[in-house]
Amino acid sequence: MTRIALASTNGQTMTGECPETAPMSIRGMTVSYGQKPVVFSVDATFPEGSMTAIIGPNGAGKSTLLKASLGILRPLSGIVTVFGRPLNSQRHRIAYVPQRASVDWDFPTTVLDVVLMGLSRELGLLRLVRPRHRARALDCLTRVGMAEFADRQIGQLSGGQQQRVFLARALAQGADLYLLDEPFAGVDAATEKAIIAVLKTLRAEGKTVVSVHHDLSTVGDYFDRVLILNTSKIAEGPVADAFTEANLQAAYGGRLATAQVAGIPAAG
Amino acid sequence: MSGAEFVPLSLTPILIGVFAAIACALPGNFLVLRRQALIGDAISHVVLPGIVVAFLITGTVTAWPMMIGAAAAALLAVLLIEAIRRLGGIEPGAAMGVVFTTMFAGGVLLLERSDTSTVHLDVEHALMGNLESLIWLDAFGWGSLLDPEALAGLPPELLRMGLSMIGVVAFIWLFWRPLKISTFDEGFAQVMGMRTNLIGLSLVAVSALAAVAAFDAVGSIIVIAMFICPPAAARLMTDRLGAQVGWSVVFATLSAVLGYVLAGYGPLWLGAEDSVSAAGMIATMSGIVLGLAALFGPARGGAQG
Repeated sequence: MTRIALASTNGQTMTGECPETAPMSIRGMTVSYGQKPVVFSVDATFPEGSMTAIIGPNGAGKSTLLKASLGILRPLSGIVTVFGRPLNSQRHRIAYVPQRASVDWDFPTTVLDVVLMGLSRELGLLRLVRPRHRARALDCLTRVGMAEFADRQIGQLSGGQQQRVFLARALAQGADLYLLDEPFAGVDAATEKAIIAVLKTLRAEGKTVVSVHHDLSTVGDYFDRVLILNTSKIAEGPVADAFTEANLQAAYGGRLATAQVAGIPAAG
Repeated sequence: MSGAEFVPLSLTPILIGVFAAIACALPGNFLVLRRQALIGDAISHVVLPGIVVAFLITGTVTAWPMMIGAAAAALLAVLLIEAIRRLGGIEPGAAMGVVFTTMFAGGVLLLERSDTSTVHLDVEHALMGNLESLIWLDAFGWGSLLDPEALAGLPPELLRMGLSMIGVVAFIWLFWRPLKISTFDEGFAQVMGMRTNLIGLSLVAVSALAAVAAFDAVGSIIVIAMFICPPAAARLMTDRLGAQVGWSVVFATLSAVLGYVLAGYGPLWLGAEDSVSAAGMIATMSGIVLGLAALFGPARGGAQG
């Protein structure tokens, strides 16, 4: 926290202390579906050891920014560096947790098997899954409280359990940068607690976490930085500086209900 | 049935039928899971004019010209679909539907107007295959399997189908992990650095190879049953991908063997004097297997409930 506070006193809200080697740095990202830009000229830096919430109204381009930064979508323009290097050379250091609804949970596979997918970079094409790989996958399941479900078919899980399995798969990757797309969407309170505990542990280990987030009331509790988006970037920086009513009004406009603003500092 | 009758008349058609069924069922597993089951159907429609043109140019029904003609037709189809979609502003599904049926119809017309009296290539065979004719006339019994002279007279389709099946098996085995991961979670696979477009394209290409190779055996219409029915039935038997693929091979083999035997002998047992189309019976058996799996399969009804 101190480091981030220092960074902000420099007056550099756009970047962390060391942008050229930051876990992820996005410059001039523009993505459009057809004629209309969904993400317009966004710069963002996610400093090492930080935990950033990407927030903004529906259709603000939050998921799109994440996907374009990871090469899942092709941006019109934009440069992404990961730990100061091109994305393709650093993929082994990235773990991505897609939206739970983006996959078919009827797929014929087990919980443990999904977590083992996180090891596929080191398993390569043909290396066999050894007991030590299984033990590692099981360990990741234990960290999210899902070890007892290892042999279940994934379709038999609740939404929250599925989300925890996805997080366990990300943990198995042993990455330094974790990017999550709405990990709390449609999950139970216990899962939300379990996930945030794991993410905070990751941050304590010096890992970097970035998450698309919806619930404005938990931003301050869960994250230390925010990136507020509404096609363009509205604000970026430590929660205390950037997560202000003025910035939220700018992003959400009339869509921001008074109840959502409760507890948010009036000025930054 | 004695070896003297079975080996020359039934062994090779059954083997070719089984190889074709397995070669189609293996990629079919992934097509079904990717909700692309009808790609197999589309491919088999599109390649017909390519096969016919290849025949008209070379005058023979041999492997390489057929494959090249089929590939050229598939390429043309992709270009046409893209052109119609862009110029007409039509949704992709409609553009595909138009191109597939038009190209197939063109293939049928071309076949009708061309002189194919010297080879087994006519409309009926193009639609339903020609499995019954792929017999081994040089064989006299089981002993012929060890007789080099008799083996030299094996129908070339057997080797072609066998090699195609081995190619398909090798592809699925080698790319099992990327196929599985990119089928389940494409975004995750991409972030891991997998070339998911290339994987998807290879799967379609391998399916096309299987469809073209199976053309002799089951024609270009009924082959769709081989792509979809065994994997779909297998999915209802298990919740593990590996086991599903195993079941699909079992069902493919079962349908091919039962279908061929029932087509040849079923009508006789019922008192009729002729036989029915082997490909038709194989497809019917595949459908029956799928129906039984839907009724009694342990993993039916979806896990989500």
